Amino acid sequence: MPSSTGSPPLGQGLPEALLHNLARVTGDEKHEAAAHSTLDTLWVLYEHVLRLDPWESRDRFVLSKGHGPASYYAVLATRGLLPESWLDDLAGPDSRLGHHPDRTLLPPVEVSSGSLGHGLPIAVGLARGMELAGLPSRVHVLVGDAELDEGSNHEAIALAGRWALGRLSCIVIDNCSATLGWPGGIAARFALEGWDTTDVVSADHDALRRALSTSGSAPHLTVVHTAPKGS
Amino acid sequence: MRERFYATMADLLQTDATTALVLADIGPLDLAAGTPAAARVINVGIREQAMMGVASGLALAGLRPVVHTYAPFLVERAYEQIKLDLTHQDVGTVLVSIGASFDAASEGRTHQSPADVALLSALPGWTLHTPGHPDEVEALVRAAARTRDRQYIRLSTQVNPEPVPADGSIHVLRPGGATLLLAIGPTVAAAQEASADLDVTLACTATPFPLDRSTLRQLADQHDRVVVVEPYLEATTAPEVVAALRGRPSDVEYVGVGRAEQRRYGTPSDHARLHGLDAAGIRGRLLRDV
Repeated sequence: MPSSTGSPPLGQGLPEALLHNLARVTGDEKHEAAAHSTLDTLWVLYEHVLRLDPWESRDRFVLSKGHGPASYYAVLATRGLLPESWLDDLAGPDSRLGHHPDRTLLPPVEVSSGSLGHGLPIAVGLARGMELAGLPSRVHVLVGDAELDEGSNHEAIALAGRWALGRLSCIVIDNCSATLGWPGGIAARFALEGWDTTDVVSADHDALRRALSTSGSAPHLTVVHTAPKGS
Repeated sequence: MRERFYATMADLLQTDATTALVLADIGPLDLAAGTPAAARVINVGIREQAMMGVASGLALAGLRPVVHTYAPFLVERAYEQIKLDLTHQDVGTVLVSIGASFDAASEGRTHQSPADVALLSALPGWTLHTPGHPDEVEALVRAAARTRDRQYIRLSTQVNPEPVPADGSIHVLRPGGATLLLAIGPTVAAAQEASADLDVTLACTATPFPLDRSTLRQLADQHDRVVVVEPYLEATTAPEVVAALRGRPSDVEYVGVGRAEQRRYGTPSDHARLHGLDAAGIRGRLLRDV
């Protein structure tokens, strides 16, 4: 398993427009990788992996780890999925953008999040529902390594494995923030339940794209190793 | 009620390709076995959090999920999932419980759910039904399958001898004198027996949330006193009654399930007696004997 890569400066392989939009949300031109653990993954996902056309049968992305959504908003704006002007108004009484995203305020957001451990079970239902509806859509869900503490995820990991939900892709952003850790690694827990797994480092966009595009007869896990939180 | 619910679901699963039934190891696991609809009977095992998450995902994918298990495991075990995965996402779902307040008297407190209606009534956008007859169950389930909103249907082994129209309205069963006795769902039979020889108006509804406020207001104007008999935690219906009677001086009393744990086994009728929800208990409250 690749180890974390320390805390490199953010921005390698990312477009200037994205970094500019991120600054609009955060009001801060200086970006530490440790503060934006999801940025690389979200960019690769929206730029290279998600199929959003036609919209009715689009791939779905569920941001389960809803805290710190600046990267998410910046990526959505850069991809033209929300007006860039909305980035300047964060968490005010009339803002569309809050500290946790609300799908009823922000149309490209598939699932409102905030409380941990809800996205993966919903994504399992979405994947099963897409299957029943005969739609080609894949479902990606992003969770944090600390978020995996919530037991609800483990109900969903078992279900997805048993149901062989090949269209489901779970991304765990591992910034080593789980207080009690995951001895033996995160991927092992999914593999035991029948998932295919890949470990990548956040800065390797080619590897990220390959991992996130992988689909087979089993659900797929991508563990993305990023700079440790607070490093 | 349970059998009628299963029969109704079996029909809906065959006739409507968007209907899905989500179960957690309790209920009709093989309802559509051997038919193409079997794929839409989804058993998650003993995983109530995932049951609600999966229902949310199914709804987001355009299906109409009906989620069914024992009342405390359906409503209380994964309440945050009901609050966030269904309500906050603003997706539609039908929750159908069995067990009610004390159908499982002999099983003990773990299988009893007197607070289910109170808990769901705290969340926006839910219509809460407490049918008192299998005919009402079928009407409610069929109507719920045709919409895309959030509904709760609370099944019970407490059954009234006759059905009432399960149309969301308050219906007067017997006009009478100064007191209005409003019986919710399966309490109608006991309320009828309690008041048979008394000069009271007996009315009922299968849908306490939202309550038929205009009819209640109208009836209250013709009576000095209102007694509400509820099959769940006492005074759960109060916010709806207050809203209906706003600004009107009213003498309102609630007869429902007490908060205290009984710590007794026995039968549902034993528990109805212990909570004062049998005919004698209701009559005592009507006559102000107790």
